[in-house]
Amino acid sequence: MISLSDISRLFVADGWLAALAQGALVSLEISAGAFVLGLGIGLLVALIKLRGPRWLARLANAYTTLYRAVPELLLILLLYYAGTDLLNMAMAAIDRPSVTVNGFVAAVLVLGIVQGAYSAEIIRGAIQAIPFGQIEAAQSFGIERWLLVRRILLPSMLPFAMAGLSNLWLVLVKDSALISIVGYSELLSVGKQAAGSTKHYLVFYLAVAAFYFVITLVSGSLFRLLERRTHRWLPQH
Amino acid sequence: MDFSWINGFAGELLHGFVVTLKLLGLSGALGFVLAILVGLGRMSPNPLISGPLRFYISVFRGTPLLVQIYILYYGVGSLFASYPPIRGSFLWPYLRDGFWYVALALTLCVGAYVGEVLRGGLRAVPRGELEAARAYGMRRWLVLRRVWLPRALELVRPTLVGEGVLLLKATALASTVAVTDLLGAANLVRAQTLRVYEPLLAVAVVYIVLAFAIEHGCARLGKVPQRQA
Repeated sequence: MISLSDISRLFVADGWLAALAQGALVSLEISAGAFVLGLGIGLLVALIKLRGPRWLARLANAYTTLYRAVPELLLILLLYYAGTDLLNMAMAAIDRPSVTVNGFVAAVLVLGIVQGAYSAEIIRGAIQAIPFGQIEAAQSFGIERWLLVRRILLPSMLPFAMAGLSNLWLVLVKDSALISIVGYSELLSVGKQAAGSTKHYLVFYLAVAAFYFVITLVSGSLFRLLERRTHRWLPQH
Repeated sequence: MDFSWINGFAGELLHGFVVTLKLLGLSGALGFVLAILVGLGRMSPNPLISGPLRFYISVFRGTPLLVQIYILYYGVGSLFASYPPIRGSFLWPYLRDGFWYVALALTLCVGAYVGEVLRGGLRAVPRGELEAARAYGMRRWLVLRRVWLPRALELVRPTLVGEGVLLLKATALASTVAVTDLLGAANLVRAQTLRVYEPLLAVAVVYIVLAFAIEHGCARLGKVPQRQA
């Protein structure tokens, strides 16, 4: 068995704690980037589904249905390799040397595209939950299209979307661990390195789990505060 | 795009498909039983029962499944490997195989996620119905079996279908610990034929078909009215 002094030596003197914390920071950055990207994609796709031309709405439906039916790990592998390949083909077409894709950007793009499918459904549901009278009222004031989206649709859908979005963030933080499969050094990759080089597999994977647990606990309670804030205009039951 | 390799690897792909179905069925069934126990335990007034279960649920829902699989397979698995009595025992062939670790991780995960869903369903069953059942003289076990559980399951069925699809997608993580499930078979083909996309796209289609089968197969068990906006 491993003793307490062994553990403290591994984490403090050998510097693995700092490395893990660094990895956790990278994981958070990837998740935050993907969350913002996913929200952007989700909003666009939701608006297309609700108001867009029919062929585009069909395409949007195919995107949200297919991307939610395929395992994230498979999508990440596909998008990661396909994205790099397509980029290099494009570079070759314009006679430029091939590039290596920045792992961080690739991770954000891949996770963001996957998340977009989920957030589109949440945002669409939230927009549909807005009482239609509010939109009619705005229209009768002669509001312009984008102003309607910005001033009425987005603020009043937020309370309906909050629970789903906070759930999505937690899912995203956990999905970011899958990026370790394609080799970008986030929290789980650092844990793998630590476990592999010290042969203390159980200790380091438990430590990684603890980091994720703290992240989800803290961000879960932050989201609850945010939820309370966005709910303050809604009638209380 | 060239799919001529499919004939050569049909056996591997079929085997992977069966492994995925096995994982899905095994962890789905065991996890569901666990989830019922967890859901009921969480409702218990005894804090010694509900407290630890609450912790179990938040730990399993708060950490990535991939990390849980690594903890079990590499962490606990390496502990087993360091004890000669275990290496010599009849259990060793099972303890060496990643399949059982993944099945255990998935089962525990389903227990946590679905347990929380069931708790919501169990709480949502109107008290009057349970009191009526008691008034007919049913024992607690019979009330649970005939009234409480069926009503709760009916209430949360759409969520359960969603959890089923999530479980299907989660089985793909088995490929990360050298289990040749469907995705593992695709990775095998990729390694041997040096084709990047075709194997992945082919198994993606199979996953989509399976996801639709789960969704529509369960929808047929009875229609739930959808709220129209």
